[in-house]
Amino acid sequence: MDYALLIEWTLKSLILLLVLLGGFAYLTLYERKALARIQVRIGPNRAGPWGILQPVADGIKLIFKEEFTPASADKLLFFLAPLITVVPALVIAAVVPWGPPVEIFGRRVTLQVADLNVGVLYVMAIASISVYGIVLAGWASNNKYAMLGGMRSSAQMISYELALGLAFVTAILLADSMQLSEIVAAQRNVWFVVLQPVGAAIFLIATLAEVNRAPFDMPEAEQELTAGYHTEYSGMKFALFFMAEYDKMIVVSALAASLFFGGYWGPGVERFPWLGPVYMAIKVIILLFGMIWVRATLPRIRYDRLMSLGWKVLFPLALAVAFITALGILLEQLWLVPLLSLLAAFLTSLLVTRAIWRKVYA
Amino acid sequence: MLLEYVAIAILIALATFIALAAVLMGELFGPKRRTAVKAEPYESGMRPIGPGTRRMPVRFYLIAMLFILFDIEVVFLLPWAVAFRQLGVFGLVEMLIFIAILLVGYFYAWRKGALEWE
Amino acid sequence: MSLELLLFLILALIAIASALGMLLSRHAVYAALFLVLNFATVAVFYLLLNAPFIAMAQITVYAGAIMVLFLFVIMLLGTEVLPPSPVLPWQRPLAFLLALGLLAESVYLLFFRQRLTLSLPATIDPFSGPKAIGQALFTGYLLPFEITSILLLVAMVGAILLTRKER
Repeated sequence: MDYALLIEWTLKSLILLLVLLGGFAYLTLYERKALARIQVRIGPNRAGPWGILQPVADGIKLIFKEEFTPASADKLLFFLAPLITVVPALVIAAVVPWGPPVEIFGRRVTLQVADLNVGVLYVMAIASISVYGIVLAGWASNNKYAMLGGMRSSAQMISYELALGLAFVTAILLADSMQLSEIVAAQRNVWFVVLQPVGAAIFLIATLAEVNRAPFDMPEAEQELTAGYHTEYSGMKFALFFMAEYDKMIVVSALAASLFFGGYWGPGVERFPWLGPVYMAIKVIILLFGMIWVRATLPRIRYDRLMSLGWKVLFPLALAVAFITALGILLEQLWLVPLLSLLAAFLTSLLVTRAIWRKVYA
Repeated sequence: MLLEYVAIAILIALATFIALAAVLMGELFGPKRRTAVKAEPYESGMRPIGPGTRRMPVRFYLIAMLFILFDIEVVFLLPWAVAFRQLGVFGLVEMLIFIAILLVGYFYAWRKGALEWE
Repeated sequence: MSLELLLFLILALIAIASALGMLLSRHAVYAALFLVLNFATVAVFYLLLNAPFIAMAQITVYAGAIMVLFLFVIMLLGTEVLPPSPVLPWQRPLAFLLALGLLAESVYLLFFRQRLTLSLPATIDPFSGPKAIGQALFTGYLLPFEITSILLLVAMVGAILLTRKER
């Protein structure tokens, strides 16, 4: 075993984790600031200049809070559930390339923790594990709201995982590889969002449901579920659930950027590879702003509508789009792909509108 | 190629360590003044009625079952998508047959109201 | 002792321990979680055999989908703590007999391993990755693949029939 390699991996893992931890802290501030601006407020501005010390204050507060464990809870699983939720959220990002390979001290270093040749499947595998934390948190709390919230959230996550998987398929088809570094490299000239806008849109919608964000934020439907699966959690254990949600936001934005928005590519990256991470960060921040914007704009949708959207609209549309992509590649007429996909999306939205009108005015 | 997974193992170990450290920090520094009322499950300020975990509707079972079947389909689609350029027309046709058989089940589920959530 | 052998022994211990934990825990949720751990160790075994695709598919399908179904079924039944169930009179002898059969089979295979490896079909080059798997699956193993879809269809129809509401 090469010790230099071991050191390189450890360093890269540490850097990734630090970026995710720091990203989590400042994403909470960014979200509060952005929401405040949209609602014509100022947002946190007392802790440090422009409130930049707010996340630090929040963290210190949470550490010194008393933690409750319900007497009737399953103590071991109640303790493990936040860990099972947060570790997958931190680990998924291992396959995301943050930039082109660079030279450091004469070593060729890839800017990703592991360049797996089954990268996309790895993402799906780890994402499917994170469902357990939520089911177990709900069950171990021995609380009616938590139980129902946990079941609802997990059923929602698995339902949207299908559309997500099919969106992955469109990107794989276009790149001819499921290795993330190759998928990004294939977008050097044309971003996949241009070739497959509908696939990218399905990916973005499905990831919103996957990370339980507005307008699919079942756990935060206070009127019906209190706080869902983390009703009984407080202090640092609650902070871990919070961290999982925000780190997943960062990770899915990074994945969306890599799969559809050209990853680290941007003007000048060929000559200065260190620009790669900068472009990546800009794209991730723009996508994160999109998620916050959606939260500020759209009301939460009803649970039955949410499941219908996943199963009856996104899943068949994603399947159709995957086959349209395959057809375009087969005929070697790539310009057909966005055209037919947009047509399919348009027809689907027409059908949905008609179905809703029928229900309302029948 | 297998070596790459050692990097993943290192990452998982470090992430677990950080998460564990965070939870233990909360346990260490937080005050502990336990009372019987605090240890009750939260139920909007009321005394909890009955057990916290009850039998769940059968809907969840049905959704999970349908999820497994279509998840397997997606897992099959991934290697198909990777090898698609080599498989060509043949690959498209055989995958269309596979999906068509599954779609029979999908429309059956739709007609029977299995995708409905009331 | 090589590193690989050491890793294998540790993993084997975890796999056996988690399987025993699954069998012996009276608590259905814990039993299911032990099974998840078992599936994860099996996935690592696949990795050691240079089969990352199968390893990840194992986690996605078995740990990520099938065990979620099991958990949902446990929640559906609502009887997490099983009462000590009455043992059927013929259950123990039958189990013993079947275990003996499995042991004999394993011993036979271990002693005639040479012949077994000879009859194995040629494997794909493990380092060629998912592309080779796709090509093998959709050319050489086409019929089993298409039959899978019928199996999945039957499972789907069965699940819908079982949960159908009487009108």
